[in-house]
Amino acid sequence: MEKTFQSILFEDRRAGELRAAEPTFFSDFRLDAVVEELLSGREEYDLAPFFHTPLREPGEVTYRQEVARDLERGEVREVVEDFARRMRAMRECLSLAGKLHHELQKQRWFLDAAGVYCEAVRSLARELPQREPASRGLRALSDYLAGYAGSEEFSGLEEEVRALREDLAGVVYTVHIRGNRVRVDTYEGEEDYGDEIERVFARFARGAAKDHRVRFRDPPELGHVEERILELVARLNPDVFGRLDEFCRRRRDYLDETVAAFDREVQFYLAYLEYAGRFREAGLPFCYPEVSEEVGETRVEEGFDLALAASLLREGGSVVKNGFHLRHPERILVVTGPNQGGKTTFARMVGQLHYLASLGLPVPAAEAHLHIPDAIFTHFEREEGVERLRSKLEDDLVRLHEILREATGESLIVLNESFSSTTLEDAARIGTDLLGRIERLGALCVCVTFIDELATLREETVSMVGTVDPEDPSVRTFRIVRKPPEGLAYALALARKYGLTYEDLKRRVKR
Amino acid sequence: MRVLLMHRDRDFDPGGGLPENTEDLTRDLGLQPLLQAMASGDDFVYEVARKALLDGLSEPEEILYRQRALADCLEEAEVVREIHRVAIEAIEGERKVFVGLLHDSPRSILNRAVQVLGMFLGHLRRLRGLADEHAGSFSSEAFGRFFEMVRRDLSDDYLAEVERHLGELEFGRGMLFSARLGRGNRGRDYVLRVPRRQRLLERLPFGDRSGYGFTVPDRDVSGFRALDELSDRGLNRVADVTARSADNILGFFELLRAELAFYVGCLNLRDRLAARGEPLCFPTPEPIEKKALSARGLYDVSLSLSVEGRVVGNDIDADGKGLVMITGANQGGKSTFLRSVGLAQLMMQCGMFVPAGSFRASICSGVFTHYRREEDERMRSGRLDEELGRMGRIAERIGPGGMLLCNESFSSTNEREGSEMARQVVRAMVESGVRVFFVTHLYDLARSLYDRRDGGMLFLRAERLPDGSRTFRLLPGEPLPTSYGWDSYRRIFEVA
Repeated sequence: MEKTFQSILFEDRRAGELRAAEPTFFSDFRLDAVVEELLSGREEYDLAPFFHTPLREPGEVTYRQEVARDLERGEVREVVEDFARRMRAMRECLSLAGKLHHELQKQRWFLDAAGVYCEAVRSLARELPQREPASRGLRALSDYLAGYAGSEEFSGLEEEVRALREDLAGVVYTVHIRGNRVRVDTYEGEEDYGDEIERVFARFARGAAKDHRVRFRDPPELGHVEERILELVARLNPDVFGRLDEFCRRRRDYLDETVAAFDREVQFYLAYLEYAGRFREAGLPFCYPEVSEEVGETRVEEGFDLALAASLLREGGSVVKNGFHLRHPERILVVTGPNQGGKTTFARMVGQLHYLASLGLPVPAAEAHLHIPDAIFTHFEREEGVERLRSKLEDDLVRLHEILREATGESLIVLNESFSSTTLEDAARIGTDLLGRIERLGALCVCVTFIDELATLREETVSMVGTVDPEDPSVRTFRIVRKPPEGLAYALALARKYGLTYEDLKRRVKR
Repeated sequence: MRVLLMHRDRDFDPGGGLPENTEDLTRDLGLQPLLQAMASGDDFVYEVARKALLDGLSEPEEILYRQRALADCLEEAEVVREIHRVAIEAIEGERKVFVGLLHDSPRSILNRAVQVLGMFLGHLRRLRGLADEHAGSFSSEAFGRFFEMVRRDLSDDYLAEVERHLGELEFGRGMLFSARLGRGNRGRDYVLRVPRRQRLLERLPFGDRSGYGFTVPDRDVSGFRALDELSDRGLNRVADVTARSADNILGFFELLRAELAFYVGCLNLRDRLAARGEPLCFPTPEPIEKKALSARGLYDVSLSLSVEGRVVGNDIDADGKGLVMITGANQGGKSTFLRSVGLAQLMMQCGMFVPAGSFRASICSGVFTHYRREEDERMRSGRLDEELGRMGRIAERIGPGGMLLCNESFSSTNEREGSEMARQVVRAMVESGVRVFFVTHLYDLARSLYDRRDGGMLFLRAERLPDGSRTFRLLPGEPLPTSYGWDSYRRIFEVA
C-alpha cells in the first residue's frame, strides 16, 4: 500500500526541515545566480528554502528524481502547469476580493476565486491519472485528489459556483446617458447602431482596415458612478445577487491545505526543469545522476558550469563540456593549466553537479555517477586583501583549518588557488601537506592550483590540465583533460608563435 | 467602390515591394530620366510610375486594357487631371482634420471621423458631377466602368442617407448602451443601441416604473469623467466602424490617385516627347511563345530626354530569335540600343506607349540586366567573383520567357575564359527559353556562335563608316575580329 500523500518534495515529511539562508558555498559555485535566475517570476512561491536544503538520503533523492522524470514528460508537466496557472489566477481573484471596498465587487471576485479553484482541482484530478505518472509522489497525489474531488463537500461547492456564475452571466442591462442623467434598465432587444453604420458604408469597404477600437484599462476598482449603476443592476436582479451574498459568507474556507502545499512545492521542479530546458534547447545535456552515499567511483561525462553556460547562451557563445572519472582510490582532482583556461569553471562544475544531485534534480552533464556529500566546503580565492598579505594568508589558513576540522570522509572540498597568497615554495609545502590530510580524511576534493607539484603527489590524486589549441597555443580550448601537468609547455608554445623562442630570437637577431 | 483603372480585376498596389533587380534595372537601363519626365516634379507620380514599369503585366489582354484607358487619357487629358486633383484634394483635406491634442478616445475618434466624412461628401459629389458631365467622352472599358460605378454608387439618395447618419452621430437625444456583467461585476460588452422611439419617450421623463435612475451632481467632476468613459466604452464600436468608413473612403481616393498617377505620368511624358517631335506608338503585345520583336525607329527614350535634339532610332527584326548578339565599334550605339530594347519592353508591359515608330514584341516574364560593372577599388581581386555572383542571382530568378540583357558580361577575365563561361551561360539560357541580348567584345564568343549558323540567332553590328565615324545604327552583320579599340585609343591619345 502506498502511503497517504504528504508532500511532493519529501517522501517523509519529517525530512523537510528547511534552511532559509543560502549555504556558504553558493556564491563560490555561482549557484546564487543560478537559483536567482531560475526562480525569477516565481517569487510568490517562496522556493528559495527548498534550494538551500540538500537531501542526505539516496532514497529521498530518488523520490524527487522520479517526480522530476514524470514532470519531464510533456503530458504530465502540461497538466501540472495548467493547474498552477489556475491556482495563480485564483490567488489574483482572492487578493482583489480582499482589497476592493465595494461589497458587490468583493463578492464577485470571491466567487470567481472559488470557481477557478474548482476548475483547477477538477481538471488536475481528472487529467493527472490519465497521464499515468510513474513516480511515487505523483501517484500518491493522484489518489489523494480522487478522494477529495469525489467528496460531497467539493462537488457541492462546484455546483453552487456554476449556477451563480451562469445566472450572473445572463444579466443584460441598458444604461441611458443624457447629460448628467443616467437611467438603468433591463435590455429589451434594442438594435446595434454600429451594425447600421457598417451597413451604410459597406460599399466603401476594402480589405483589412485599421482597427480604431480603443483598449480600455480595466482597473479592478469601480468608480462611484459605476458602483451606482451596479447597485441598480443588483436591484433589478435581486435573486441572483442575494444568493451571491449568502455564498460568500458560507464558503469562506474552501481551500484545501494539501492542494495548496502541492501547488507551491511542485514549482521547485517546474522552475528547475524550465531553466534546464533552455540549455537543452541549445543542445546541452542534462541527466539524472546515479547517487551513492559513500565515496566510491565518481564519474561525469560532458558536464558544464550552469552559471557560465547561462551567460554564454545569452551572448551566443559556445559551451565547452568537460568530464572526469575517479576510480578507487582516486579522490582528489588537482587542476592545473593556463590562466583563464577554464580551471575555476571546472571546479565550479564539480561543485554544482554534486549539490544539484543532492537536491534530487537532473544535473548539467550527459552522464553522472555522484556521491551525495554530507557537506560541501569551499575555499575560493577572493579579490580583496592584497594590501594585507600576511593577514590574508592567516585568514586563509584559519579557514582551511576549520574546513579540515569539520569535513568528514563523505564531504566534498573545493579549493581554488587556496595557497596563492604566499611564496611558491611555501605554497607547495602547505598544499602538499593539506592534500595529504584530505587524502587521509578520505574526502572528495577538487583543488585548482598553479603548483604543478601538487598534481603528482600520490595515487589518490588525479591530474587534470587545461589545454590549448595545438595549432595556435594562444587559443584556450577550455577543455580540462586528465594528463600530467605540462609545466612551461604553454608559455613556450606561445613564444614560438610570436617568434620569441631561443632559436627564433637567435636567427632573427642575426639578420 | 472600386477603381480598376489599372487592372480589370484587381487594385493597383503602389506600395507593394519592387522586384529584387530594381536597382540593376534602374542603373543599367537608365530609368531615371524616363521616370523624372513622367513625374514632372510629383514624387508620388514618380513612385507609381516606377512601380508600374518594374512590375509589368504578363498578358496581352491586360496590356491592351491599359492601352485603351491610356488612349482615353490622351484624348481627355484635362478631365483626367481634374479627377486626379479631386483625389489629391480629398487626401490632403483629410490630413488637415485635427481634433485637438486629446488622447485618442472613441469620442474623439468618432468626432474626427464624422468631420472627415462630411468633407469627403463634398469630394464625392464633385466626382459624381464629373462623371455626369464627361462619361460620354470616354470609350475604354476601364473609364466606362469607373464612371458608371460612380454614378450608381454615389446616387443622390445614398449621399443624402450618409448625411443623415452623420447628423445622428451627434447624439442630440443622449446615448443608449447595453452591457453585461464582467469580471468583478464590472460592466462589459457595451453596445450602442438604437433607442426605440416610444420606449425612449417613456424613459426620458424618469417616471418609468421598471428602471432606476440617478443624476450626477453638477459639481461632481469625477462623476462626469466616469460618464464620459462609460459612453466611450459604448461608442468604441461605432467610432471604430465610422473611422474605418472614413479610412475606406480615404483608401478609395488614395487608390484613385495612385491609379490616375500612372496615367498622369504618361500624359507628362507624352507632352515632353511631343515637344521634341519624337514619335510614340502603342505597341502590339504578342504571346511569349512567338518570340516576336520587330520595331521601326526604336529609340532610347531616356537618352532622348537627356540630350539636345533628336536621337537615332533603329529598326530591328528579331522575330523568332532567341539570341541577339551585338558587336561592333565602341561608342557605336550598342549600349543605347540594348537600353532601348529593355525600356521599350518595360514600357510595353506596363501598358504604355513606346518610343518608336512601330513596335511589336512578345511579352516576357521578366527583364534582367547583367552589365559589366566599373572596377570597384574595394574589391579589386573579386571582380569575376562579383560578376559570377550577380549572374548566379539572376539565374535564381529568371525563367522561361525571360529577357536577359548582357552588356560586356564576363569581360573581367581573359577572353578565352570569359568566352567559354559566356558560351555556357548563353547556351543554357537560350535553351531554357530565355531571350538573350548580348553586347560583347569577346570575339571568340561571338565568332563561335556565328559559325553555328543557327537560325535562332541574330547578329547585329554597330555601323562604322570607312572614315571611322559612327552612325549609331545597328545593322545585321557578322562579328569582326576587332572592336576598334584603336579608334578610341587614337582619339583619346590624339594620335594622328
